[in-house]
Amino acid sequence: MKTVTADQIREISGVDTRKCMKCGRCSASCPAYDEMDIRPHQFISYVQNGNIEPLMNSKSISKCLSCFACVERCPRNVKPAKVIEAVRVSVLRQRGETILSADEMPELLDENMPQQLLMSAFRKYKK
Amino acid sequence: MSMNNSEWKPKIVAFCCNWCSYAGADLAGSSRLAYPADVKIIRVPCSCRVNPMFILRAFQKGADGVILCGCHPGDCHYSTGNYYARRRMTTLFSMLDFLGVEKNRTHVEWVSAAEGVKFSATMNKFIEQVRELGPNVRLEDIRCKQN
Amino acid sequence: MQRIGVFVCHCGTNIAATVDVKRVAETLLKEPGVVHAEDYQYMCSEAGQKLIGDAIKEKQLTGIVVCSCSPRMHENTFRKAAERYGINPYLVEIANIREQCSWIHKDKEEATEKAIILGRAAVAKVMLNAPLQAGTSPVTKRALVIGGGIAGIQTALDIADAGFEVDIVERTPSIGGRMSQLDKTFPTLDCAACILTPKMVEANAHEKITLFTWSEVEKVGGFVGDFKVDIRKKARYVDMDKCTGCGECQAKCPNKKTPNEFNRGLNNRSAIYTPFAQAIPNVPVIDKNACTYLKTGKCGVCAKICKAGAINYEAQDEIITREYGAIVVATGFDTIKLDKFNEYGYNTNKDVITSLELERLMNAAGPTGGHVVRPSNGEDPKTIVFVQCVGSRDTTCRGKTYCSKICCMYTAKQAMLLKDHYPWLDIHVFYIDVRTPGKNFDEFYRRAVEEYDVDYIKGQVGKVSEAENGRLLVQASDLLDNRQIKMEADLVVLATAIEPNEGVRRIASMLTASIDTNDFLTEAHAKLRPVESPTAGIFLSGVCQGPKDIPETVAQAGAAASKVIGLLSKDHLVTNPCTAKCNQVYCNGCSNCEKVCPYGAISYDEQMVIRFGARETTRVATVNTALCQGCGACTVACPSGAMDLQGFSNRQILAEVDAICR
Repeated sequence: MKTVTADQIREISGVDTRKCMKCGRCSASCPAYDEMDIRPHQFISYVQNGNIEPLMNSKSISKCLSCFACVERCPRNVKPAKVIEAVRVSVLRQRGETILSADEMPELLDENMPQQLLMSAFRKYKK
Repeated sequence: MSMNNSEWKPKIVAFCCNWCSYAGADLAGSSRLAYPADVKIIRVPCSCRVNPMFILRAFQKGADGVILCGCHPGDCHYSTGNYYARRRMTTLFSMLDFLGVEKNRTHVEWVSAAEGVKFSATMNKFIEQVRELGPNVRLEDIRCKQN
Repeated sequence: MQRIGVFVCHCGTNIAATVDVKRVAETLLKEPGVVHAEDYQYMCSEAGQKLIGDAIKEKQLTGIVVCSCSPRMHENTFRKAAERYGINPYLVEIANIREQCSWIHKDKEEATEKAIILGRAAVAKVMLNAPLQAGTSPVTKRALVIGGGIAGIQTALDIADAGFEVDIVERTPSIGGRMSQLDKTFPTLDCAACILTPKMVEANAHEKITLFTWSEVEKVGGFVGDFKVDIRKKARYVDMDKCTGCGECQAKCPNKKTPNEFNRGLNNRSAIYTPFAQAIPNVPVIDKNACTYLKTGKCGVCAKICKAGAINYEAQDEIITREYGAIVVATGFDTIKLDKFNEYGYNTNKDVITSLELERLMNAAGPTGGHVVRPSNGEDPKTIVFVQCVGSRDTTCRGKTYCSKICCMYTAKQAMLLKDHYPWLDIHVFYIDVRTPGKNFDEFYRRAVEEYDVDYIKGQVGKVSEAENGRLLVQASDLLDNRQIKMEADLVVLATAIEPNEGVRRIASMLTASIDTNDFLTEAHAKLRPVESPTAGIFLSGVCQGPKDIPETVAQAGAAASKVIGLLSKDHLVTNPCTAKCNQVYCNGCSNCEKVCPYGAISYDEQMVIRFGARETTRVATVNTALCQGCGACTVACPSGAMDLQGFSNRQILAEVDAICR
């Protein structure tokens, strides 16, 4: 896999990683924390240090629920979820395949499913 | 226009009140917050000291943009000066617009003594605005031009 | 013929590094009227000033342009120098080529060009400068202190000890302020009341100090040396002279349902109340929004019970007007509202409290008699979690961008005191950074960790929710161990950001004192004039200027007092001669200028004027230079061009415009 640069991640996500003051409120808020190998706050410092490859190979990018709790609670407006999403998008683009198509959707639906989840699912699994 | 836009440097006159905006400009300076050298600041005691004539004169003499900075409404050192400035400039600017000096060449901004960042950002934005419009020719009096 | 001298300062390398100072001097020498130009390393130094002096003598200069730092910095220095060497100080102009040129531009060519243009504008202006004579105005030898907390009390005491009269205006029923709500104070753990009460008593007893409690500043007029202030003495409904402070009325008042502000709403108080036992003056007030008698006309228990006959339901607000030479703002702070921090559940869970509320719980005079309990059920807590930086260092719309400065230290203090009282407690502190600069501060914090076993965790709390067993569930991160913590706690204490007290904006605009984006009052110079407002005669004391702890507040209060004393010990002040002036030959008597003048400095009367060789008696404007502050509003309002501002005249500003656009 071709590694993208930290600048590309910053550009895709629109996140200025220098704003982070390393308080850890993102990781404190994350409901998927235990599932992740690289934690939300680490994503920011990895990008800041230009260390993108481990992020692309991390399982965290598919474990992130895109609930945006970290974005909501970050006191510095850093938006860790956007960084995770940027890495995820980069991986998907390289893989060049769509894991979830719109045709598959109806049978996956159930009435309790929030609409936001549909959006997140497409963001995550569609090229 | 034959002039190359990248070589052309706009002339911007900035009137700054002594108590807030001029101090804000000083703060921008001591914080090393850059803005283009095209801006030249004239210190006035209060934004209400700025006579519309000064602005007309600037355009006549070839200024490409004029910006007026004062204290935030309610914070005027002289209690009410910036309210007068605001009213006068609203009228003047819409009249200038009518006369062909585009609205984007004139601006009023409130900058406090603590807002160095805002001062620099305002200047950068204003210059960009004026650059897009190109040189001011509408009011410029070529008799005022020196060779 | 004007003979102008131009002096270009290198300011070490501050200017010389980006501006070719030699070229600036050479180019400006070619300007018409300029007969002398030179550059020097430090123009503001003694040697630099002497250069100016020598040039004045040698070349008979009639005007001086100094190309240097901001006029806000050294205009006075150079004016004084000019005066010393024999020319009028108002014949000096400054071209600001440091803050507005060398410091913001990198390209030397560009910066040099700009410096030349700025210099040229100053030369054009100084050609039209007229010698001005400063007048004098008398000083009222009394100071006003707004706010009766530790900052206000200390400032007042220091001024009063120097022999000047001081009035303190305090909007609550008692002086004492935030400090009176605290239990112990860091880093020496003195009890706040023990060190504050003597000062309150001293202020009350001091013959030079007058207290106006339960009062607010209503209107401010005048200027430095001669402020006129209207003070609203709110109706207390209790006669200050008759009341003996026995407290019977408070005990018997049947209406005890109002949240107690002093205890941060942790319990209720009666409608007639003194905020705390050591209140000064020890005279209760009746809360007119709570009192049954004042609302419905029925009850009157306090009046019946008062043996001194001090209750007066007919009392009205009273406005008194006093004159002052100087005003000190000491309005203090409050904690921010936590409405936007839903994740901590402050509004939904009683066991989530602010540190100021904990302070009241720990205080022996507090709602629980100093026994720290869970507010929800009154049980003893076993685990307490402290959350630092709640709303501080927050660049979103939820909080404040600054560090509140005091939280790290009071949290360490509270943790230690709690461990002292309840050694079995399990205390966890979630922090981002522990910031403890200050004498004996870091040692103090380390004691909490090393001697008291307080568990400091580098990380933040993301969420506080209610567990099924009624305890609190705290979800947090531990950044050093890289793990997420989920722990149960009985009490969560939020180190809430502090902000300037509500109403400071109103006071600042009455005083025309500038205020920053966080509503802290701005100082005249961040380093060199930290206790003065840019508005002459207004001084700053305590947290209204920026977050600070008690030792710093007291130090600043003393500094503000010394500035006030310096002002009040003068009999006269030199006034700004840059005032408006009416050319009565042109004045058409329209009154436009009179209407826009914020100081009432312009008056109209019939005067003999010579116009075009003929005498006539006509209505013309006259400026009272003692009142005029030189804003220039009148000069623009004047349709006939009769009104002009000395030092910033129409011709001068037009000359600057011309020079810049040339």
